[in-house]
Amino acid sequence: MNSEKQASYTWPDDIYNALVEEKIRQVPYVPDAGHTRLIERCRANPAMKAVVLTTEEEGIGMLAGAWLGGERGVLLMQSSGVGNCINMLSLATVCRFPLLMLVTMRGEWGEFNPWQIPMGKGTGPILEEAGVLVHRIDRAEDAAETVQAAARIAFNSDRAAAVLIAQRVIGTKVFK
Amino acid sequence: MSGASVKSGKAPPVLERRAVMRALVAERGDLLVVSGLGSTTYDLAAAGDHPLNFYLWGAMGGAAMIGLGLALAQPARRVLVATGDGEMLMGLGSLATIAVQRPKNLAVVVIDNERYAETGLQETHTAHGCDLPAMAAAVGFDSVHAVRNEAELAALLPLLRRAPGPLFAAIKVTPDRPPFVLPSNDGVYIKNRLREALLG
Repeated sequence: MNSEKQASYTWPDDIYNALVEEKIRQVPYVPDAGHTRLIERCRANPAMKAVVLTTEEEGIGMLAGAWLGGERGVLLMQSSGVGNCINMLSLATVCRFPLLMLVTMRGEWGEFNPWQIPMGKGTGPILEEAGVLVHRIDRAEDAAETVQAAARIAFNSDRAAAVLIAQRVIGTKVFK
Repeated sequence: MSGASVKSGKAPPVLERRAVMRALVAERGDLLVVSGLGSTTYDLAAAGDHPLNFYLWGAMGGAAMIGLGLALAQPARRVLVATGDGEMLMGLGSLATIAVQRPKNLAVVVIDNERYAETGLQETHTAHGCDLPAMAAAVGFDSVHAVRNEAELAALLPLLRRAPGPLFAAIKVTPDRPPFVLPSNDGVYIKNRLREALLG
């Protein structure tokens, strides 16, 4: 197994380790297949409160409350969920709450489901328009470093930062 | 008086929203309070500005979830979310999310005038029989209260401070619009003020 292939198998663990290092305590999420391993790791850590949401915007409110109470968090979702967040992002940007979001991309690389394509195309520009600093992981070996950079800008500069994890990194969902 | 209450077959509301908010935060001690945008933010300011208040001027539907994040981060402190029926209706899913987490220190109280007061007193769903306490009970809140009069309000107040949460209450109030009392709308200031008062 070459090193690139090896990295592709460990990137969720690399991200988890980065989140531990950044002292993340609250992990609201709407599940995505691409986040499966990371959600499992967070749920298994008693120092983290992994909270399943009914819709992604709930996580933006929750993490504002977490920061008010002195805790750091991260919101996990897939690209379709970004569309659900737009107005609630004003809470983070107006009050300058640190907000870290990890977004697994659909609708961009070998996508089977046409219903994923609108938000696959729109996620980056929409987040930028809403005032979020957008980072992107296109190679699995960059995962930890990118998440750490986004966490630092979020928590040290009181900004909303998103990390988009490319569909090519996650692997394309196959219906068969 | 209220056509809505005639539809629901219940007596018209008698409680006044400002008096209700004053009662909720009286002798608050170190209670942390989040208010939903619009009337409940003005009510909370009218009851007395406080560094442990977090006033929303937007982010409709987000109040209860801010309360959850705060309650999880500060398990030794009591957290009160006081919001309106319109704001709560926009974030109904958050009741299900909160019920799954069962935070013992969180109370969500809806001051329910059955109206969108901010936009011209249009009726909300609660004017047409939508039963918020029943919804809270259905998603798993154990401590659920429907308050319509002074006696029921008096019975609720000690529970807000002592009963294990998560607690949900809906308090029916008259649809009057008291004069504006506006707290700061500077979100950065309100955020930093609360953090400094709470975390030092």
